[in-house]
Amino acid sequence: MTSDLKHSPLEAAHQALGARLVPFAGWNMPVQYSSIIDEHTAVRSKVGIFDISHMGQFLVSGSAAEAWLNRMFTNNLARLAPGQGQYTIMLNENGGVIDDLIAYRTGESDFFLVVNASMIDEDFFWLASHQDEQATLRNESDLWAGMAIQGPLAAEIFAKVCPGEMLPARNGIATTASGAIVCRTGYTGEDGFEFFCPAAEGIAWWEKFLAAGAAPCGLGARDTLRLEMGYPLNGSDLSPERTPIEAGLGFFCDLEKPDFIGRETLARQKTDGPSMRLTALQYTGKGPPPRAHYPVANAAGQVIGELASGVLSPSLMTGIGMAYLPTEYSKPETELQIDVRGRLFPAEVVKKPFYKPAK
Amino acid sequence: MNIPTDLRYCSSHEWLRLDGDIATVGISDHAQEELTDVVFVELPALERAVDAGDPTAVVESVKAASDIYAPVGGEVVEVNPEVEADPSLVNTDPYGKGWIFKLRIKNPAEVSSLMDAAAYQAHIS
Repeated sequence: MTSDLKHSPLEAAHQALGARLVPFAGWNMPVQYSSIIDEHTAVRSKVGIFDISHMGQFLVSGSAAEAWLNRMFTNNLARLAPGQGQYTIMLNENGGVIDDLIAYRTGESDFFLVVNASMIDEDFFWLASHQDEQATLRNESDLWAGMAIQGPLAAEIFAKVCPGEMLPARNGIATTASGAIVCRTGYTGEDGFEFFCPAAEGIAWWEKFLAAGAAPCGLGARDTLRLEMGYPLNGSDLSPERTPIEAGLGFFCDLEKPDFIGRETLARQKTDGPSMRLTALQYTGKGPPPRAHYPVANAAGQVIGELASGVLSPSLMTGIGMAYLPTEYSKPETELQIDVRGRLFPAEVVKKPFYKPAK
Repeated sequence: MNIPTDLRYCSSHEWLRLDGDIATVGISDHAQEELTDVVFVELPALERAVDAGDPTAVVESVKAASDIYAPVGGEVVEVNPEVEADPSLVNTDPYGKGWIFKLRIKNPAEVSSLMDAAAYQAHIS
């Protein structure tokens, strides 16, 4: 239903650049401008810019904001000083993933949340239905344009476009003199920042970043870049049926902090060990690009799961993917096979990330 | 958009070049531009018999796998090992080094039912 698609405030700029726009998470978004591989390479070697206006922004404030959000999310917000952010996960009562997000503390009792585009309404409803009276929750998703500037030259681009301003430290958040929000975070594994400004100013900022040398990059490259890092995509690698322990995200779950929704399941899985794990696989030979839902077989050819995500890694020039597999198959170097159109291609379990960016 | 006039075309964007009873098949410049970044080509088995419209090869970009259909019926007599080794030839030289397979055709009348360059141009515009 094209007519129901939401439109980014940057859409006219994408059209002017000849981008290919596709429906993604209910939005009409650029999947690529010229070539996914070229865009991927631009981010790994120089710097690229992505439209992330589809992502959601919530503001939470109030004397109970920290305590309330700490009950809603897995990570511990008490560890954040103002100006700092953290990756965190919102769970259902069974410990299944509703959404993964980044929570930034912008003041003693103020938080800025960036959530997945496809989950804005559901997240807001879940938060609102558990809301503490001493905290306010505001959905500002429609007010902000967002762009992610990513790559080894990202800091140089920032210095050119915002002269005299400071980029926040890694995972940090700051407000520029012009009122834009800058977060030193991203979804590519490279240095970079995410930049949020009022929607009406979006195109002007986008063009400044392009003029400073950032290459426009689409969702295609965003997916290959994030998967090379082993970063999960909600809806593919995360779901209400899977816990963060199964997804290998235990690092972002603080079981020592006061109770949070879903904690019980995580504690049990952490003690007993999960029966399934999101496992990273890489081809050991040549083969067609692995893709989501391709069956995964053990060395004997017996199907043991399916790929949650899969792609031909432009950096490694080989197939990579992630699949929920029985724990016995999740050890590095375990030999497995990926079934592509009825033919089996050899792969092995590897450690995440698949690719380590040069630092 | 390059649409050579000496070739025949399918609505599914394959081209065919006839030389005697041997038809060389690849994908059009338009198709490679739509696919972008071809990263894998799966070739058919030699001696395989195909009918017009049968999925015969697979061309994959980063985002998607696309079937390549036999424009006419026949037997696969040759495949292009160069596109297997370097799939980007499908992008850089779709009508030359980027050819995919050759068929010994059964029925020349099938060839004349394919589009000529002008009809294909109209089809994609």
